[in-house]
Amino acid sequence: MSTLPRVVLVDDHGLFRAGVRAELDGLVDVVGDAGTVGDAIECVVAAEPDVVLLDVQMPDGGGAEVIRGVAPRRPAVRFLALSVSDAPEDVISIIRAGARGYVTKTISGPELADAVRRVAGGDAVFSPRLAGFVLDAFAGREGAAPDVADDELDQLTAREREVLRHIARGYLYKEIALRLGISAKTVEAHVSAVLRKLQLSNRHELSRWAVQRGWLE
Amino acid sequence: MVTVSETQPAPLRRDRAHGVVGGVCAGLGRRLGIDPLILRIGFVVAAGAGGLGVILYALAWALLPAGDGDGRALMARAAGRREGWMVASGLVLLMLAVLLLFRAWGLWVGDAIVWPLILATGGGALIWRQSQGATVVDAPARERARPGGGVGRPRRVLRLARPSLGIVALGAALVVGAALVFLWLNGALELDRDVTLAVLVVVTAMTLILAPWWLRLARGLTEERAERIRTQERAELAAHLHDSVLQTLALMQKRAEDPREVATLARRQERELRAWLNAGSRREAGASLAAALEATVAEIEDAHGVPVEVVAVGDRRLDERAEALVAATREAVLNAVKFAPDAAISVYAEVRGDRAEVFVRDRGPGFDLHAIPPDRRGLRESVLGRMERHGGRAAVHTRPGEGTEVELVMSA
Repeated sequence: MSTLPRVVLVDDHGLFRAGVRAELDGLVDVVGDAGTVGDAIECVVAAEPDVVLLDVQMPDGGGAEVIRGVAPRRPAVRFLALSVSDAPEDVISIIRAGARGYVTKTISGPELADAVRRVAGGDAVFSPRLAGFVLDAFAGREGAAPDVADDELDQLTAREREVLRHIARGYLYKEIALRLGISAKTVEAHVSAVLRKLQLSNRHELSRWAVQRGWLE
Repeated sequence: MVTVSETQPAPLRRDRAHGVVGGVCAGLGRRLGIDPLILRIGFVVAAGAGGLGVILYALAWALLPAGDGDGRALMARAAGRREGWMVASGLVLLMLAVLLLFRAWGLWVGDAIVWPLILATGGGALIWRQSQGATVVDAPARERARPGGGVGRPRRVLRLARPSLGIVALGAALVVGAALVFLWLNGALELDRDVTLAVLVVVTAMTLILAPWWLRLARGLTEERAERIRTQERAELAAHLHDSVLQTLALMQKRAEDPREVATLARRQERELRAWLNAGSRREAGASLAAALEATVAEIEDAHGVPVEVVAVGDRRLDERAEALVAATREAVLNAVKFAPDAAISVYAEVRGDRAEVFVRDRGPGFDLHAIPPDRRGLRESVLGRMERHGGRAAVHTRPGEGTEVELVMSA
């Protein structure tokens, strides 16, 4: 942790950008901010930060549009979604667009800085609520016939489920590692695997959310 | 002027600008992607079969609304405005000649059918044309209200609107005449004949005459209803924002010196607004475990001004056991609020099959489980005891400095 992660803030509310900037002062290196999708793409491409803190709901397509605009040109840039919305379709759609994590705007400054550091390091960041959504989305529907056609991407392993349940219960990664008797790295690997499944799975609950937001045809 | 774009399917309209008589073939052709010439030949050939083509064409002319294109068909353009009636009379005479020719050749269904039918079609067409002409009149009138609307338009509105009564009267007369001719030719007007046929014919004639007004009335009512619903929704939204958000903002300004109170107010408003926004997609309140948990936690948040995050996965009906689980959760959360008032508190509920679990976690000071002082009996009695009485179990995980987690499990 010798150097601070370089961060660009993207949010259409200037007041909120200023607030986050003040909270993160000294914890991360904020190298730029933007208030529109177009500005954000330009700013991120020019500044090449480690992490983009991204608002989900903005005019002209929102955070997802920023990811689409940046990803082909700067594939190394990582995105952490920061939103007031706790609606499943918003959360799932930004993750499927390519964000490495999702936190709500009520998060404290130090927690947010910690989440930024983890995303910069290549980890996925799940809030308790996101973990809950994922468990819900991957849960077998009661009474329905078991999905024989489910491939590996469409279900969680017992271990991944256990890790997600602990996140939903409010445990930190290192506490989860301690409780499950595995290393913190392994916990992170499980979360990253879940993120990959979330982004690639065709499970119908996910597809439904994706279709609603225009992600799939 | 072609106003229909290529990308979306064009609505079926008469294309007066490219038409010869009424623009029926041009409009049909564009919709179906066929050369209008083929359709025109088809109509002319069909006209040879006892006047069928003529009747079909007249019906199509009457029923299809005119396209947005501001133009007149070839015949009308060639004839000009003043000679319109002469062109119409010429067409009628031509049609009459053709029909008489068919009659002479023996291609004929019968006098009693064809003549009334042609009269009724003509009258009906006039009435329907006029009623649709009237709706067309509205459009330019609205355009005129906009700045930059065409200068020539107002005159056109007047010209269409004024003769409409006469034409409608003529149409109605034709339809009534057709009905009388039909009855007379069938001998139904004599006194001793069955009245059923007469009644039927009169009803048909009245329907033909009155249907356009009825249709227009229905259309107007639908539009009015849609507009009323829109207005209602706007009023409801405004009322809601006024009652809740503005009230809370005013309260927050008054209590600005008390940060805890402000945070509580903001939190409550946020929760309420979210519930309102998600209404419909959310589970109905009171009927399910997750809804009951959320309501219980909201109540504690309000009473103590402490934020508590609830995450629920899965759900089940709120039966007696689920109610016990909610009550135990309530005690556990209250305990956390009491002993860790400034720490983050989270509630996680999961329902899988017939097993329901709730975890209440706080990041407070924690305590030594083996040295519970007698005054913390509350947790043991109200949480553990309650769960056990209902066939569930409860466990407390805690260590000094590591917060506390209460685990509640209810099976079946």
